[in-house]
Amino acid sequence: MKRFSGDISLVLGGAAGMGVQTVEALLVQVLKREGYNVFASKEYMSRIRGGSNSTEIRITDAKRAAFVKRIDFLFAMDKDVIPHLRDRIALDTIVLGELEKLRDVSEGCHIIDVPFTRFANELGNPIYTSTVAVGVALGLLHAEEKGLTEYLRDHFARKGEAVVAKNIEAGALGYAFGKHLAYAEGIEVIVAKRSAVAEELLLDGTEALGLGTLSAGCNYISSYPMSPGTGLLTFLAKHGNEFGVVVDQAEDEIAAINQGLGAWYAGARAIVTTSGGGFDLMTEGVSLAGIIETPIVVHIGQRPGPSTGLPTRTEQADLNLVLYAGHGEFPRAIFAPSTPEEAFLVAQQAFYIADKYQIPTFILTDQYFLDSVRSIPEDSLRTITRENFIIETAADYKRYAVTADGVSPRGIPGYGEGLVGIDSDEHDEEAHITESALMRVAMHEKRLRKMVGIRADALMPTERGDVKHAETLLVSWGSNRGVMEEALEVLNTPELAGLHFHQVYPLPVKAKKLFVKKKVIVLENNAGGQFANLLLLEYGIKVSDTVLQYDGNPFAVEDVVARLRALL
Amino acid sequence: MLDKKIYDMPKGTDMAWCPGCGNFPILNIVKMALAELDIRPQDAVLCSGIGQAAKTPHYLRVNYFNGLHGRALPPAIAIKIASPHLTVIAESGDGDTYGEGGNHFMHTIRRNPDITNIVHDNMIYGLTKGQASPTSEKGMKTPVQTAGVILEPFNPLAVALALDASFVARAFASDILESKDIVKAAMQHKGYAIVDIFQPCVVFNKQNTYQWFKEKCYYVDAEYDKTDKVQAFEKAFDMERLALGILYQDTSKPTYEDLVRTSQGPLAKQEVSREALEKLINSHR
Repeated sequence: MKRFSGDISLVLGGAAGMGVQTVEALLVQVLKREGYNVFASKEYMSRIRGGSNSTEIRITDAKRAAFVKRIDFLFAMDKDVIPHLRDRIALDTIVLGELEKLRDVSEGCHIIDVPFTRFANELGNPIYTSTVAVGVALGLLHAEEKGLTEYLRDHFARKGEAVVAKNIEAGALGYAFGKHLAYAEGIEVIVAKRSAVAEELLLDGTEALGLGTLSAGCNYISSYPMSPGTGLLTFLAKHGNEFGVVVDQAEDEIAAINQGLGAWYAGARAIVTTSGGGFDLMTEGVSLAGIIETPIVVHIGQRPGPSTGLPTRTEQADLNLVLYAGHGEFPRAIFAPSTPEEAFLVAQQAFYIADKYQIPTFILTDQYFLDSVRSIPEDSLRTITRENFIIETAADYKRYAVTADGVSPRGIPGYGEGLVGIDSDEHDEEAHITESALMRVAMHEKRLRKMVGIRADALMPTERGDVKHAETLLVSWGSNRGVMEEALEVLNTPELAGLHFHQVYPLPVKAKKLFVKKKVIVLENNAGGQFANLLLLEYGIKVSDTVLQYDGNPFAVEDVVARLRALL
Repeated sequence: MLDKKIYDMPKGTDMAWCPGCGNFPILNIVKMALAELDIRPQDAVLCSGIGQAAKTPHYLRVNYFNGLHGRALPPAIAIKIASPHLTVIAESGDGDTYGEGGNHFMHTIRRNPDITNIVHDNMIYGLTKGQASPTSEKGMKTPVQTAGVILEPFNPLAVALALDASFVARAFASDILESKDIVKAAMQHKGYAIVDIFQPCVVFNKQNTYQWFKEKCYYVDAEYDKTDKVQAFEKAFDMERLALGILYQDTSKPTYEDLVRTSQGPLAKQEVSREALEKLINSHR
């Protein structure tokens, strides 16, 4: 009897174009509707066809949001999957696939034959293999077959009755086979189902960010496609119409950010999305935003660099880039969400802070976060009430009036009797070019003064465990909240507590005291310990250790636990 | 008709242009065109990049976005989309528009937003003190092109025509009234309108002088068919005699803002439909 209880890692592997993503999407949906907690993350090669890609679906009693190396069930759709994932396949990993195809690479693997080709022949088309695989997985898990049938009916409805019927047949075939396998092989899977989970929202990072962007009143996006930032552009193109969102595919990233600034200048609410390489091109526009004091929100989906790097993989190495992007000195704010809830919130916060202080704000995500899917309760999505910061101008309006807090009331062209000018040169209050040293100092200090307010508005980090009494703090930012939380649970020691930052610059003054007399370990996906350095810069805190990873993959819970054990 | 004095800056405003610069008459031409079209300063936005021509917004009282070198067009497109009721003009030099901003120039034409693009074409870099510009003639010697320019000059009109610009014109700064009528027609044209306007640079370009332009230029006559693209190409490629006037116009093309907007009015007034958002969120169950 092979028993799996409370925490299942099911991995689907195959070449691009083999339908791995379809299986994942169907399986995750059906499992969630059945009331299972699910978390799915994927890794894939930068190619359209071929290669070897995989998706991990965790099915768990408690909510989990991290990648594990362990594989309980591996659906190997071709033989390349096994060498590709060799170091993760253990003796107790159950590999499901066609024995015929896997024989050459089967050494040291426990393979259970699933005759996908025979099923496809019976169904008359290999296209149904994906649905068969979903059925097999659900049969193995002893999920309700009714859920699968209902979902397939909904999902394929627009393709016509014949397609629906064929898929239901494929699902049933797979389901019966999976159930039979469980019986024949003595496999027992026990994971709690909860009716509340069945009602939850199922979102990936991109979708949560897109919904937050819409909630923020975004009505303009101009961007140039670049993985993994493109998803937001696609999301707004798909759903933006009924929200009146203008979607422009720019000729390059330079045009994108300059359009974004033009849109905000005229009163629109714009976002631009890109990845590190595209953002490099935008930096003169970021500097422009700094001097013209025009809001702009930039989403940067990180991937490993330098340059083209690993286009489809993950890293957190662009914090310094975003922190220092653009020549000259000017205020900015940087957000880095880890969960759909945080993405929904910080998207709105990024618009709010950009608008309130007339600065560039940044949402720093990564491939791992954007592509990961999980279920969350709907009421965990918090809406920030939108404030209107645009004024109707009077005839004597001055765009850059010097004020105590540094924020000059922002007018837009065509609304009021005043004229609205902005200039990339150093300028006077009316935005005309000046070379007066006195005016330069007044304007520069006015801009920099805004940092006081921006810092006061900074979001507090999330505490995990007994931060007050723990000797050591494990600090994470961006996409690593899930792995930080799970590592803490595994280690389960009062000497270690966690702190997660979803705003990474500026850091809130009030959080500094949480670090007093603590040993600090920072967990981040880069080689330089960029956030660790930022803690020194912002709080004067020297961290004791860093746990870093820069191989293009997200942290695995097992690795983090092992590395922390060595440090504690 | 408005009084063109409403676009004047206060007396004593320091101007960075050299005495005798071709930018002065162009400034006057734009003011006259705006006044004759009754466009209030509040309803016009002037976008510019960097260079001597790009300083125009500091000498013309309207709203303005004086942004980055080569980047006058992207904000101009966005402003027109966000606030279609505004008259949007992008005004910069040949280096700014055809060199640094070449990619934006090409793709703005493809979009056809309802903006007017006035390019002060002096065939030289003024602000950086006399290097070749994309439109400099072959053989012109400069501190950088010491043996003379070796590249083919950029042909803005032919490029615009090839990309199916909906309004293509050329003017000469000295001819105030003729140029004013061309700029006016460009502003009235619904779609992207380019006016490449010859502007002598009296300090750095000793080759293409007022006299040189006078001798080379002529106006297309009343019989000229501005819907004939082949003829327009012929004019654009004739480097011996330089044709002035509206060389091509197509009034049938839809504007970018009309195609890309799914709502009405200024984007500044747009509210989020909470109901639609709730529906979209719920579709993720």
